[in-house]
Amino acid sequence: MLATKAIMEQGIHVEGINFFTGFCVEGHTHAIRKKDKQKPKRNNALWVAEQLGIKLHIVDVIEPYKDVLLNPKHGYGANMNPCLDCKCFMVSKALEWIKEHDFDFIITGEVVGQRPKSQRAQTMPIVQEESGAGDLLVRPLCAKKLPPTLPEREGWIDREKLFEFSGRSRKPQMALAEQYDFKDYATPAGGCCFLTDETYSRKLVDMWQARSDRDYDLDDIMLLKVGRHIRPRPHFKLIVGREEGENKYLEGYKKQFTYLRSTSHTGPLVLVDGKLSSDDLELAARLTARFGHGKTAESVDVEAVFPDGATQTLSVEPIAPSQLKEEWYV
Amino acid sequence: MSSYTLDARRMLCPMPVIKTQDKVNELQAGDQLTVICTDPGALNDIPAWCRINGHKVLETKEQDDEVIVIVEVGNGT
Repeated sequence: MLATKAIMEQGIHVEGINFFTGFCVEGHTHAIRKKDKQKPKRNNALWVAEQLGIKLHIVDVIEPYKDVLLNPKHGYGANMNPCLDCKCFMVSKALEWIKEHDFDFIITGEVVGQRPKSQRAQTMPIVQEESGAGDLLVRPLCAKKLPPTLPEREGWIDREKLFEFSGRSRKPQMALAEQYDFKDYATPAGGCCFLTDETYSRKLVDMWQARSDRDYDLDDIMLLKVGRHIRPRPHFKLIVGREEGENKYLEGYKKQFTYLRSTSHTGPLVLVDGKLSSDDLELAARLTARFGHGKTAESVDVEAVFPDGATQTLSVEPIAPSQLKEEWYV
Repeated sequence: MSSYTLDARRMLCPMPVIKTQDKVNELQAGDQLTVICTDPGALNDIPAWCRINGHKVLETKEQDDEVIVIVEVGNGT
C-alpha cells in the first residue's frame, strides 16, 4: 500500500496484482464458521486497491505454485512456508504479467531486514536474479538501501523521493501511513499464508504421508482449513465439523467422500478421507457418535453414506474419552 | 446485450472474484453476468472488484444461503 502510494505520488500509473496460491488466509474460516459471521469478510487486496484507486488483477496460481511448495530450492521456514522461493515465483509471475500487459517495471513493498527468510539483505538480490526481473524490480520503501534499478537510473522515477527503511520495526512505515493519511491497513505482522501456520502445516504433511503422494488439489488444501482432523488409523482420517457453518461447508463434499452422521441424535457431519474396512467403519461411527449430542448415550444410530449412494446404519456405543487418543488428532 | 450465469457455489474467497474476473474478461461491454455464490464474502468482494475495474453491480441479494450478484460489464476504464 505504501510502496504503491509512493510511486503513484510521482505521477506513475500503477495497477495491482494479487496471486492466489490456495494457501492465502482471506477470512476463509470466518466465511465458513457460523460464529464468525459478524466478522468483516473483506478481501484485503481488493480493499487496498480501492483505497488507492487502482485496478487489481487477481491471478490463480494454484497449479504452478505446487512446484514451489513441493520443491523449494531454498527450503522451508519454521513450518511448510517456502517464503524465498515463493517471493521469487511471484515476482517471476509479475514479470510475465507486465510483459503481457505492456507495463514497465514491478514494485513490491519489501523492506530490507524485515523478514527473517525472504527479506534480508542477502536474499533480496536472489529474488531479483531468480525471478528474472533483475533491475526491473523496485522496492520503493528501501530503494535507497539498494543499488539503483533501471527505472531509477533512467529517471522514470525519482530515487530521491523513495525511502531507506530497514529492519523489523514498522514504525517508519506507520509514520508514512500517517503522512499519507491511511487510517486503516492490514496487520503489518503478516500472517497471510496458511503455510506459516504450524497446525495447518502438520495437517498438510499428514495428508501427504497418508497418501504416499505429495500432490494436492484445491479441495484438499481447503479441507485442511475446516473441522477437527482425526486419524485413528494410518489409512483413514475423519474430518469432523465443529459447528453448523462447518457442517454446511462439508456437505458440499458429500458426493466425493464417504460421510457419517448420527440419525438418532444431533451431531456433526463427518467426512472420511481414506478407505474403511468394516472394523474401521465401526470405529468411525463410534467417533462420530462421540462428537454429537448422543456422546453419553448407551447407543447411537449412525448412518454411513458411500460415494456410490449406498448407505449403512450402525448402532454403536460412543467411543469413551479415554479411548480417544490424543495422538489421533492431526 | 447478452446475459450469462456463473456458478461459483462452494468456492471461497477469492475464487468467486477470480471466476467473475475471468468470465467478465470474455464478455462485451453491456453484457450482464449473474454470479451465484455460497461464500458470503462475495457480497463485498465482487462489488469491490467491479468498482475498481469499471463494472457496474446491478443487484445483490441473499437467498437460501446463496449470494447472487448481477454485474453489468463496463468498458474496462
